[in-house]
Amino acid sequence: MNTLAEAWHWLTDPAHWSGDDGVRHRLAQHLVLTAVCLVISCLIALPVALVLGHLGKGGALAVNLSNIGRAVPTFAVLVLLLLTPLGGYGEGPTVVALVLFAVPPLLTNAYVGMREVDRSVVRAARGMGMTGRQMLFQVELPLALPLVMNGVRIAAVQLVATATIAALAGGGGLGRIITAGFNLASTPQVVAGAVLVAVFALIVEGLFETAERLAPRLARGRR
Amino acid sequence: MTAPPDDCLARNEWICGAYLSTRRQILLDAVAQHLQLTVIAVLVGLVIAVPLAVLARRWGWAAGPVLAATTVLYTVPSLAMFSLLLPVYGLSAALVVAGLVLYSLTLLVRNILAGLRAVPEETRQAARGLGYGPVRLLLTVELPLAVPAAMAGLRIATVSAVSLVTVGAIVGFGGLGNLIYAGMNTYFKAQVLTASVLCVVIAVAADLLLLGAQWLITPWTRGARG
Repeated sequence: MNTLAEAWHWLTDPAHWSGDDGVRHRLAQHLVLTAVCLVISCLIALPVALVLGHLGKGGALAVNLSNIGRAVPTFAVLVLLLLTPLGGYGEGPTVVALVLFAVPPLLTNAYVGMREVDRSVVRAARGMGMTGRQMLFQVELPLALPLVMNGVRIAAVQLVATATIAALAGGGGLGRIITAGFNLASTPQVVAGAVLVAVFALIVEGLFETAERLAPRLARGRR
Repeated sequence: MTAPPDDCLARNEWICGAYLSTRRQILLDAVAQHLQLTVIAVLVGLVIAVPLAVLARRWGWAAGPVLAATTVLYTVPSLAMFSLLLPVYGLSAALVVAGLVLYSLTLLVRNILAGLRAVPEETRQAARGLGYGPVRLLLTVELPLAVPAAMAGLRIATVSAVSLVTVGAIVGFGGLGNLIYAGMNTYFKAQVLTASVLCVVIAVAADLLLLGAQWLITPWTRGARG
């Protein structure tokens, strides 16, 4: 309990919030890092998954990729990239490692979502003379959207959590507060950093949850 | 003065046979620590997860809180998880194991519960009709039928644990992660690559091993297919 009280003291001390090592700066870094990685991962994974799902091909690829992705430690990928020439480009290795980490769950969820669409609906759409592109965007994608978004949500939350590992390799973000705490042997600071990251992850989870609940209402309102 | 040896270690190459032969003991120790941490964590996770899932199945009201608690645990980042447990365990291997156990709980509880829920009601009724009590029903009918779903969760949990152990390097108990961490600080390419590859090899081997175990302990699933 004592440690928690000390961590709370650390968090409420305004001196810890300002400056380059301050919470505010680290939070901004963390936010930018995860947002950039999420957008890049979605741009890579979603088109591939939607097209594969539409064609009904590559299911084994999508699922196996996800399993392999789980077996490769993000920390190892990050360090490996750091030691390549790419390591010279600031946050470059971190972004690549996190994107590699986020793509498999996105791909698998989006692919499964597309395949779960009721086949009779798809056949009906084809019977109505829709082209492949129309079927994809007007029938399959809207029906698959909840599962696709679930994949995005899982990826987003895991990215927030995993981005802390960047700090182990000298990157920015909230993880730096934790590693700095370890180096100073300051348990309150370590715990404070951990709480910040956990709260951040839970907020992201909550935002997606809210968006999921509100989206149908908003869509109805527009009509 | 003798000239420095011109081998792949001196040239700091990614793939280096000399590294493998000279650091053999270090690598073996790291692999042993990695395996030990993973196995203990997954076993402890299993011991906690099974009763939790059984309780959640037995009393419907317990399912919500149990699932919610394990999901929240899963959202906590690994680095943060180790740090949050730091006041309790200090800088020790127990810290890493405790963190990994908490992670595996989500996957295990969820899958075991799904497996228990998938047992057909008719099967349960048939067993009750044969005079099975609740304990015998659970042990001889429900749990065996939940094995395939539970094994799927166990495989995911094990593979994730193998890769998460590396983060334990922050407290010095990261198995192969220690080598990766040290290799990063000293720019030792061969060490980083070798340790990373070994991590993946362990994960894949563990997955195949569990798949084989599942095949062995669920003979009834084979007859139907072929």
